[in-house]
Amino acid sequence: MSARLLELEDVHTQLTLREGVVRAVDGVSFHVDAGETLGIVGESGSGKSMTALSIMRLLPRSGRIIGGSIRFKGRELRDLAEAEMEALRGTDIAMIFQDPMTSLNPVYRTGWQVGEPLRIHRHVKTAASVAAAVGLFKKVGIPEPEKRAMQYPHMFSGGMRQRAMIAMGLSTGPSLLIADEPTTALDVTIQAQILDLLRHLNREFGTATILITHNLGVVAGMCDRVIVMYAGRIVEEGRTEDVFANPEHPYTWSLLRSIPRLDAEVRGRLQPIEGSPPDMARLPEGCKFRSRCSFAIDRCATEEPELRQVRSQLTRCWVTQGGVSLESQSDLD
Amino acid sequence: MILTEAAAARGPAGAWTSSEPLVEVRALKTWFPVRSGVIGRTVAQVRAVDGVDLAIRQGETLGLVGESGCGKSTLGRSILRLVEPTSGEVFFKGRDLLRMGSGPIRRMRREMAMIFQDPFASLDPRQSIGGILGEALDIQRLSRTRRMREERIAELLDLVGLSPRFASRYPHEFSGGQRQRIGIARALAVDPSFIVCDEPVSALDVSIQAQIINLLQQLQERLHLTYLFIAHDLSVVKHISDRIAVMYVGKVIEISPARDLYARPRHPYTGSLLSAIPIPDPRIERGRERIILKGDVVSPVNPPSGCRFRTRCFKAQPRCAESEPALETVRDGEHLAACYFPL
Repeated sequence: MSARLLELEDVHTQLTLREGVVRAVDGVSFHVDAGETLGIVGESGSGKSMTALSIMRLLPRSGRIIGGSIRFKGRELRDLAEAEMEALRGTDIAMIFQDPMTSLNPVYRTGWQVGEPLRIHRHVKTAASVAAAVGLFKKVGIPEPEKRAMQYPHMFSGGMRQRAMIAMGLSTGPSLLIADEPTTALDVTIQAQILDLLRHLNREFGTATILITHNLGVVAGMCDRVIVMYAGRIVEEGRTEDVFANPEHPYTWSLLRSIPRLDAEVRGRLQPIEGSPPDMARLPEGCKFRSRCSFAIDRCATEEPELRQVRSQLTRCWVTQGGVSLESQSDLD
Repeated sequence: MILTEAAAARGPAGAWTSSEPLVEVRALKTWFPVRSGVIGRTVAQVRAVDGVDLAIRQGETLGLVGESGCGKSTLGRSILRLVEPTSGEVFFKGRDLLRMGSGPIRRMRREMAMIFQDPFASLDPRQSIGGILGEALDIQRLSRTRRMREERIAELLDLVGLSPRFASRYPHEFSGGQRQRIGIARALAVDPSFIVCDEPVSALDVSIQAQIINLLQQLQERLHLTYLFIAHDLSVVKHISDRIAVMYVGKVIEISPARDLYARPRHPYTGSLLSAIPIPDPRIERGRERIILKGDVVSPVNPPSGCRFRTRCFKAQPRCAESEPALETVRDGEHLAACYFPL
């Protein structure tokens, strides 16, 4: 049995859409250890959210896991009956989403809703569950928790709703929290509050976190390790410091150079990544990033590289796997 | 403000010279009524823009930042008179837009344009790209012949880095980045000198944003454009702007050259805003001192007395509740902040 908290092995998830069959997650393997924070970054359509929904078995109706293994504490989640999965979702794995409004039911008081997992999975009585919700509200920094617990979701601001969702997720003391773009819909000062809260909860309760985001700055401040996804695959994986200091995949490398930084001294032109992400229904042969890559060699057009160790990271790139350093190569240009 | 005095001393319309601000906003207020009940009685006012003074110089990019609901978009739209301001003045090349009739304002609109956040929502799906661009030309009667119209459409597409062949295609055939290029081409159709860019890259994928930012900078140099660049992402705004104005609940609370604002923010709100922006470098990001603000943005319906930021401010004193600080010079003439206890 594996000692990993969560382990994905060669997971394939398909979406059957009008445009055709989309391999949204195409051979994804990674693990999460107890207490750590793993970041998954990628653009829309990169498969980062579909990976999370595959773990939770909350895929849209068009989606299906067609291969691979997802083990949580050694149990294969793909084999669980829906009722068992439901119990796991309410207790040991929690997930929070980008838009907390759509996750809260507008017709029930927030305290009652936040206490729901405790009533269902821990058989706590209604009054005690609401009292527990008040305590959780306090923990996640919702002011006047007694009053707030009696209010409806529309009376909460976006940041407060996200706090309420986090409170609900944490009510049963899960070992894994999956946060899918939890701050994307929020203003920066509120984002800072929520990230601060997540950091604090991770330290206090040792909850392992998968943080899915498109924001490289959020990853830099939050994550021990990071996975970079592109076109349904992992293209790079490593410790956050290593990936940011010495990216070993051209996508990561160019992405870090294309974003404006608040602490940048000179105001020159940005170095954009040309082109657009590929159409997932018509993926090209070879490396999926090739058409946008400034390092591409002939081989990239025909053969897709595997995810292999290069220095301290894993990368899916023929160029760096062939021993070339992106930094020195770019100096030649 | 010195600029305001210069404008006041200026003679009647038409006396504008390019050394004066291209756009000047004075005591601008845009309030929206909150109606309630069967007869729709006005029960309150949303003070989206609540007394803003601002000058935009010819050829510069003025960044406008603030959190959602602070009134930055409404301010941009009020300047173009796409929403009707409640009071105040907006001068464009020395002429007050708010006192203009519909004929003159339409002629003035040839010089002003807007780029929107969501290029898909702002493009008519049933019209070809050529049709969308042609419509902008037709409204201003800018192309006398069909040939001229087609040439101009091809020229516009070329300006934004798209093939003229795309004129016969429809919006859904394009990616987000290409759609934003089309949105920019439409803004350029009237050959404007001033463009309000309202969150032009926020809806785009990270890898596409830099393309559009670079395009906007190239076009500015080539066509001598002046931008009001509205965005919530301070990293993007700092990159593209010469000066930056920070809004909080309907007011500009700080305005300064871009570098200066980042190097030395004076208003506590600006300071906390800057400290909240994550920097994509773990070595820097993990060691940063953060000012985590308490609470949420206050409502523009009932803003607090005195300084509107005082309820969340870590430096607030009793004086801040008594009267509202004016936007004043804090260091040299270029850096202004509205705070009794600046950082």
